[in-house]
Amino acid sequence: MRGPLLSWGRYPNIPQLAHSVQWPEELAPARDKIFSETGEGALAFGMGRSYGDSCLAQSDQVIAMSGMGRMLAADWTRGVVKAQAGMTLDDLLRLALPAGWFLPVTPGTRFVTLGGAVANDVHGKNHHVRGTFGCHVRRFELVRSDEGLVECSPQQRPELFAATIGGLGMTGIVQSVEVQLQRVSSSLIDQRCIRFGNLDEFFAISAEHDSQHEYAVSWIDCLAVGDKLGRGHYIAADHASEGGLELAANAKLSVPFDPPVSLVNSLTLKPFNSLYYHRQRVKEVCSRTSYAPFFYPLDSVQHWNRIYGRKGFQQYQCVVPHQDGRNLIRAIIDQIAHSGTGSFLAVLKQFGDVESPGLLSFPMPGITLALDFPHSDKNSSLFQRLDALVHEAGGRLYPAKDAHMSAAHFQQAYPAWQEVEARRDPQLLSRFWKRVTQ
Amino acid sequence: MTQKILIIGASSAIAEATARLYASLGCELFLVARNSEKLEVIAGDLRFRGAVAVNTFSMDANELDKLQEMTTAAWEQLGTVDVALLAYGTLPQQERCESSYEYAVAEFRTNAESVLACLTVLSNRFEQQGSGGLAVIGSVAGDRGRASNYLYGAAKASVDTFVSGLRARLHSVGVNVLIVKPGFVDTPMTAGLDLPGPLVVTADRVAEDILRAISRRKNVLYTPWFWRYIMLIIKHIPLVIFRKMKF
Repeated sequence: MRGPLLSWGRYPNIPQLAHSVQWPEELAPARDKIFSETGEGALAFGMGRSYGDSCLAQSDQVIAMSGMGRMLAADWTRGVVKAQAGMTLDDLLRLALPAGWFLPVTPGTRFVTLGGAVANDVHGKNHHVRGTFGCHVRRFELVRSDEGLVECSPQQRPELFAATIGGLGMTGIVQSVEVQLQRVSSSLIDQRCIRFGNLDEFFAISAEHDSQHEYAVSWIDCLAVGDKLGRGHYIAADHASEGGLELAANAKLSVPFDPPVSLVNSLTLKPFNSLYYHRQRVKEVCSRTSYAPFFYPLDSVQHWNRIYGRKGFQQYQCVVPHQDGRNLIRAIIDQIAHSGTGSFLAVLKQFGDVESPGLLSFPMPGITLALDFPHSDKNSSLFQRLDALVHEAGGRLYPAKDAHMSAAHFQQAYPAWQEVEARRDPQLLSRFWKRVTQ
Repeated sequence: MTQKILIIGASSAIAEATARLYASLGCELFLVARNSEKLEVIAGDLRFRGAVAVNTFSMDANELDKLQEMTTAAWEQLGTVDVALLAYGTLPQQERCESSYEYAVAEFRTNAESVLACLTVLSNRFEQQGSGGLAVIGSVAGDRGRASNYLYGAAKASVDTFVSGLRARLHSVGVNVLIVKPGFVDTPMTAGLDLPGPLVVTADRVAEDILRAISRRKNVLYTPWFWRYIMLIIKHIPLVIFRKMKF
């Protein structure tokens, strides 16, 4: 749908003028036009699923990539595909799954582009086994204002390869991506859902089960306090060994307009979280489900971001190292629970130690917590307290979700930022990058 | 049975979106467009999307002397053509049309004359074949000439009138003729225009409507549907008022 583009959280609410491209040769002219007319940096824009300002251009004019979604090559015997960077993971799955291949790593929405997956080095529920998306990228083509078309791989231009993975679109416009898929024998998922009553139980279950499963994630009730703090559901899962390669249907539900106030508020939050926790009566349930509800529960409702109303929302996602991580996560949840705000559910997961090739990759060995907050001026004092805890522990925040982190925290948490800045395409700049580096 | 689809102007956004839907149904496609490199990329993509075979033919819409060669190649390749879609066009700048009749005539040639020529050649093939359907992309702009784009409107209106007669001619032999009238579609052709956001739809949405209309053998498709009513109102604005309107 045309119209000014916004980021997913719609905060900051800065509409972006889109320059649509259909073909690779249109990329450089679109970038040149934006840069010469505004004197500010342009940015490639995919599906706009980044929450904060990392998908907003400093010039407020972006190169819309969704018309560049063609498959260029596919080797279904080895599971290697090459596609234009505007192809969505949804589209890629549609082509790959019937051939018996699945995404090696998938974030919680399939409506992101390959270019966006590279730029944010996205991760998923199998981080403890397979690392980030960037670990499975074999090569990509980058369009730069100073060098033209550059092909990058771990062997060819390795410094640019590393700077681009997780590089937030600063090192050039990704034109095409070649990625290694993972073989599956079914589109179904065998899942095991275990209810836990508090954070200590979570760590015990996670330690016992994570290593035995491809996927592991937990949903927690971030409003429970005291000895129930951190209660929730742990879900471990694997691709089923049989059951056909059926594609999931796309969303039929939609949030058609912005409610005047956020539907996520103090009246709705507590009952929902409590109900969700209690929906599973027994401690452990095993079931088989399609991949879509397991990986992409929110994709079943189009425009779900509208439930937060016109003011939008902010996501807070941090990672803290394992050492003392348990106490830190407890302290963070405690702060959130007492603030009375937050989202229906928070996501908790332990990252593994598979290293990403990217310089600015967010995941590190440790524990990650993610949850949404309806945008409000009151968030900033809570976020300040949380940021202090995270940074003191040597943790960091996820740029793809961020609209608030300070330059000092960013630069401390991502010491390689200067290497990326040195390789930044001078005609590209996001509002996020400007905010945290300049 | 595999459906055989001929698409002329295959690199337009609406045509490519439509071709993807046909590919996912396992059809065989024959694509015609000016730029052979782009055609090859599109053809490759459609093969991955499930098309059983994709062949291409490169020609400019105004190279009328290539029309016979193109249709012969298409029929030789496909055997029977179940659907032929004409989807090329440009969006002339109205102001330039007013200052330069050469430009205006050249644009009219691309958007009207070449379409009539192509339909003439195709219709004879379809008449011989005695089956299948022809679909042509027109525009809501062809329903009434407006100050802001009357050259484009005139070209589309001439296609509309031509198609109306052609439909009556081919009806008796069992060939259906559909005219598609899209409203505002988010495509490169409309990039940079200041269009009312809520009325703008994606090429994918239009493609779904086109597929459905072709399979149901419709005669006229407004897409999205509400344009039928918008244009009904616009067509009935009294002339004394309409002549003062600059939209």
